[in-house]
Amino acid sequence: MIAIYTLWLRQLKRYFRSKSRIIGSLGQPLLFLVALGFGLGPVFQKAGQGNYLEFLAPGIIAMSILFLSVFNGIEVIWDRQFGFLKETMVAPVPRWEIMVGRTLGGATVAVMQGVIVFVLSLFVGFTPIFAVWRLALAFVFMFLIALMFAALGTAIASILEDMHGFQLISNFLIMPIFFLSGALFPLNNLPKAIGIITAIDPLSYGVDGLRGTLINGAHYGMMFDFVILLAVSSVIIAIGTYLFSKIQV
Amino acid sequence: MENIIEIKNLTKKYGDFTAVNDITLNVKKGEIFAFLGPNGAGKTTTIKMLTTLTNPTSGHILINGFDPTIQQNEARESFGIVFQDPSLDDELTAYENLDFHGMLYKVKKKDRKERIQQMLEFTELWDRRKDLVKHFSGGMKRRLEIARGFIHHPKILFLDEPTIGLDPQTRDHIWTYMKKLNREEGITVFLTTHYMEEAEKVSNRIAIIDRGKIVAQGTAKQLKNQTNAATLEEAFLSLTGRAIREEKPAPGMGARRHGWGRR
Repeated sequence: MIAIYTLWLRQLKRYFRSKSRIIGSLGQPLLFLVALGFGLGPVFQKAGQGNYLEFLAPGIIAMSILFLSVFNGIEVIWDRQFGFLKETMVAPVPRWEIMVGRTLGGATVAVMQGVIVFVLSLFVGFTPIFAVWRLALAFVFMFLIALMFAALGTAIASILEDMHGFQLISNFLIMPIFFLSGALFPLNNLPKAIGIITAIDPLSYGVDGLRGTLINGAHYGMMFDFVILLAVSSVIIAIGTYLFSKIQV
Repeated sequence: MENIIEIKNLTKKYGDFTAVNDITLNVKKGEIFAFLGPNGAGKTTTIKMLTTLTNPTSGHILINGFDPTIQQNEARESFGIVFQDPSLDDELTAYENLDFHGMLYKVKKKDRKERIQQMLEFTELWDRRKDLVKHFSGGMKRRLEIARGFIHHPKILFLDEPTIGLDPQTRDHIWTYMKKLNREEGITVFLTTHYMEEAEKVSNRIAIIDRGKIVAQGTAKQLKNQTNAATLEEAFLSLTGRAIREEKPAPGMGARRHGWGRR
């Protein structure tokens, strides 16, 4: 268990040490909130859908968690290139503990980022329903999103040899996961094809869960979201652990 | 004296390419053993098999009495390793790198603290313990890796070209530490190097591998006598030939090699 703790602690130390990265990765969600929130707000209102910023904020929180957790998972590639991976591979601990420690660390860091974006969104004008159980549940949803995508990042990094494939992953996996999750648009009355894709996209359930807890606007229902997220993240963690244990350095 | 490393009929194939071909050798407890060979001869692949990083295609290994393919964790606790390429976390301080290593190897907190201080003082890095490793020079990183390799009181230390790209002063320092630790703590050292004078100076016994096969084994003196050579370098060349080798990276190993300079 100490190996899990060690690798978790390492991720946290690395995160807090890269102040420029923390601030840098807050720029994008803030831009989305301001530009889209205020830019598309009037149209959204006219279409009778209510306040767009309220609708958008949970999606942007999910986005920031998605990007950071995948990136933290993919960091395994850096560790491979800079050699630190070998150090953990010869340590007398099972590989799954290393994978779980890293994933938990990456997820924790991503959740912190999500909380920061949540707080920032309050300043932009987001007014969630404040209730302890709702905030606690939102936290659970954030953690599930983070866990799922940190594990996905690790799984991908276990297969990739170097950073060259990262662009591909980013454009053909991460961006679609974000844009087709309902983070930016409501899930009702969608064209059939898009409807199916959003239903397959696991982030949809994360965004939906956050919307359910924060603005009471779940499309699928919070219980359903929770079960799906739990199931999908368990599967991805299992696959990630398997792939990670097969890494040869 | 008893053997601490036993290698019997060890073979590693990557597809059609045989990186290590049926080698047999023993290393005695407390010995400094040099494993020499041209580029691509199979040195690193052998070390990878000895250190549980890759599984042999066939053959048997015993590390401190443990089979690294079955008793992985027991074997891993028995050795420390300094890799050919750097393997530190640049974003952590020198102290943290050693501390995390100690934690991964389940060294108790009090022992860890003492051992880290001892090793950092020994490698003359104690004053720089709070600095991030990314600000270290190549030689300092190497010394830190050597310090790290000793934190968990290993029985064996593997050194894969530990002095490559370092200046003579740092090299001299590193071998002085090695000999001292070998003498004081009875640690067996298994090293590879391309510097023949170093091998001759520090090691008790030498094995030369070429194209995956062991071509000679013995003390430096025996090898020189066997080939009628004046120096170990000449003996090495007469055993392995003068042709320049193309290094063929084995799959999964990657072709990249990082220097030890600052990044």
